[in-house]
Amino acid sequence: MTFTTRQAAARDVVPVPGAVGAGEGAPGALLTVRGLRVAYGGREVVHGIDLDVRPGEVVALVGESGSGKSTTAHALVGLLPDGGHVTGGEVRLTDTGHERAVSLTALLPDAWRRVRGVRIGLVPQDPGAGLDPVVRVGEQVAEALVVHGTPRRDARRRAVEILGAVGLDHPELRARQYPHQLSGGMRQRVLVGIATACEPRLVIADEPTSALDVTVQRRVLDLLADLTSRTGTAVLLITHDLAVAAHRADRVVVLKDGRVVEEGPARQVLGAPAHPYTRELVAAVPGRATSAAATNSVPSAAVLPDAAAAPALLEARGLVKEFRLGRGRRLRAVDDVSFTVPRGSAYALVGESGSGKSTTARLVLGLERPDAGSVRLDGAPVADDRATRRRTQLVHQDPYSSLDPRFTVSAVVQEPLRAHRVGDRAERRDRVAHLLEQVHLSPDLAGRRPAELSGGQRQRVAIARALALDPELLVLDEPTSALDVSVQARVLELLDRLRAERGLTYLFVSHDLAVVRQVADHVGVLSAGRLVETGPVGRVFDHPAHPYTADLIAAIPGAARRPDRKDHP
Amino acid sequence: MAAYVLRRVGGAVGVLWAAFTVSYLILYLLPSDPVAIMLDQGAGGERVDPARVAELRERYGFDQGPVQQYLTLLGRALTGDLGTSISSGAPVAGLIADALPQTAQLAGLALVLGLAGGTAIAGLASWTRAAWLRDLLLLLPPLGVAVPGFWVGLVLLHLFSFTWFVFPAVGNEGFSALVLPAVTLAVGLSAVVAQVLAQGLREAWRAPYVEVAFAKGAGRGRVLAAHVARNGSLPTVTVLGVLVGNLLGGTVVVETVFSRQGFGRLVENAVTTQDIPVVQGLVVVAAAVFVTTSLLADLAHPLLDPRVTTARGAR
Repeated sequence: MTFTTRQAAARDVVPVPGAVGAGEGAPGALLTVRGLRVAYGGREVVHGIDLDVRPGEVVALVGESGSGKSTTAHALVGLLPDGGHVTGGEVRLTDTGHERAVSLTALLPDAWRRVRGVRIGLVPQDPGAGLDPVVRVGEQVAEALVVHGTPRRDARRRAVEILGAVGLDHPELRARQYPHQLSGGMRQRVLVGIATACEPRLVIADEPTSALDVTVQRRVLDLLADLTSRTGTAVLLITHDLAVAAHRADRVVVLKDGRVVEEGPARQVLGAPAHPYTRELVAAVPGRATSAAATNSVPSAAVLPDAAAAPALLEARGLVKEFRLGRGRRLRAVDDVSFTVPRGSAYALVGESGSGKSTTARLVLGLERPDAGSVRLDGAPVADDRATRRRTQLVHQDPYSSLDPRFTVSAVVQEPLRAHRVGDRAERRDRVAHLLEQVHLSPDLAGRRPAELSGGQRQRVAIARALALDPELLVLDEPTSALDVSVQARVLELLDRLRAERGLTYLFVSHDLAVVRQVADHVGVLSAGRLVETGPVGRVFDHPAHPYTADLIAAIPGAARRPDRKDHP
Repeated sequence: MAAYVLRRVGGAVGVLWAAFTVSYLILYLLPSDPVAIMLDQGAGGERVDPARVAELRERYGFDQGPVQQYLTLLGRALTGDLGTSISSGAPVAGLIADALPQTAQLAGLALVLGLAGGTAIAGLASWTRAAWLRDLLLLLPPLGVAVPGFWVGLVLLHLFSFTWFVFPAVGNEGFSALVLPAVTLAVGLSAVVAQVLAQGLREAWRAPYVEVAFAKGAGRGRVLAAHVARNGSLPTVTVLGVLVGNLLGGTVVVETVFSRQGFGRLVENAVTTQDIPVVQGLVVVAAAVFVTTSLLADLAHPLLDPRVTTARGAR
């Protein structure tokens, strides 16, 4: 079968809602969406989308935040948030032999209840909040069966089987646990189990793994693929991560500003994108080309002196940090970690959550005192004092919460200057204008408040603030993980340029190995508080010496070639 | 768990001791002479025999130094002896023991009515899909908090006792005399319960696990009963401990308006007559009620929310 690229913008037809059988529909499609329009209040955000999902097929709906992909997913299950309405178009589930065709856009609440869970399962975005915190997980799985008429006792027994099937150890014990007693990956497995409990023909997965560590992400996606391919269930995968889409989907539909801009087989769309927007998205994926580190990081590698020859700016020796857990138990969060960062280079600490990378960063900043070992900056020990503050600055992970919402941009950037009594009012104002220019923000933004800025703009403001005191070392704690992929690429570019221009030294903390590959010269891999491997980025990534490193690298979506799926009838 | 309870009980004892001490400092070190007040009441302005004053001072221990007095009183309080009333001469502990059951009935009924009313308002506002009804219902709690208790009591008296003759206006006799005071007391309580519960439910409806429950195919009723109600009521349980303690303060006004005998009336009388031993006894008992209710609320929390643990240091 061949697919042509549909330009949904050109399709302004609004079929009569509820007219089952009307509209053309691709032959054999399980889910047919024609001209779907969704509005919040009076503002339309999805402008007529066409989409087909055939039985057993994995379709990825990709786009950046605000593209309407999540809204589309919620419209398909009739669970738009307050104020959201389907204002036009039709969504149809076709006859599958033993289930009747049904027009979802015309369903009444009671009829929806016989579709949700049974014919369409939903895997939500955030496994942290997707489970009710006060109900045992077994009960929550059983509920998916009970609401469709399974007697409670049978449902409970089946729930334990499902928990086993989604790969939880000791499922009969896990069933009696509460969500907070499970890890993020386990919770997402439970949610996959809930979505597939009634063996629906279609599962909609809304960014199912974006909140998970990379190795966990891979295992959860493997599980989803395994469960659905076994029963021939189709998956509509909503994701902003093109690598995940390339790795997991048969077909890709690219969404921009509520319209489909490109659609086709995954390999074709992502390998040879036709639409300029798709090309931009694909180009922005960090570390996509395996030699990206060598060719892509424009100034750093070429301009800077040989990293090994430069004197060390930052030296961490035998760092140990323990936390008390109560009842005499202790957690060794950082365990004998040593590394040096030469002046002007970028060192990345990578690892999964709980590996100790953020604690190490806090030790470097002097925000925590090490239980043993030392951190030296230019040979002098760091402490939680003003002198250290001037020389090391932090760029926080989340630009949405690291800027005071009541401050103007100008006040945010000025704050370090005021705190250190640098310059008078006029000098500080000039300095703000200069700093905004350096991070490519218009000086007009100085009077705005963070809420009026986009995520990328906010992170630029945070970077400008970090640069205000002319520090030597910037600690970047996952500086791009909250940003869309194209925005992320521009911020990384900015960081690279600033490093070359100002001779900055970076300590980069990240779980995103593709990003690390793009920006760092050296990398240290942390696992359970220990530095298991360290060395130049190219060597560590291409020839990992430690099995944990190899595991991390293999888990990068798109790093391994996607095994060809068997075609489903 | 046992260690937690012990620790909390230890804290409660500390609070009671602090209440006793602070009330002693304020009441006994005030620049007034309790014996003079006491004798003035009996003598109607005549000059009092100095020998009698000295005798009374000795009997009540006012002739001792402040530290000595404090230790004597504390020692007696530990054995359950809260002293004797200056105005009536009756033991304070006995006075309070007589008043408490009346007030407990009143506060108990007010609690039931307040919880029922607050839950009904918040539940209906959360359930209905009619925006006008929800907005109307959510106007009630701020109104209920804003209106003073004595005013509600007077309006109820006017309507139900003097216009329609449904309930008696005054007295402690039987259940019918309990209704109007309890309703008066319940208005403020239900307003706070409705406010906190409505907010909790509103937040719970927006939680991602509610979407997951709907995606399973559950209906609104099931989602409300199984997920929203339980999560949404957690903040209410927390404030309930304080609200129950506050009921005691509310009885001062309500028992005065409805001329009921009870804890509140005792407070009112003791304060106006500067009956210091009684006031101090009441402060200690009120503190005990507060400490107990908040301890019960804290102990109930882990039962309702498995994320809350009583173990120290655990997250």
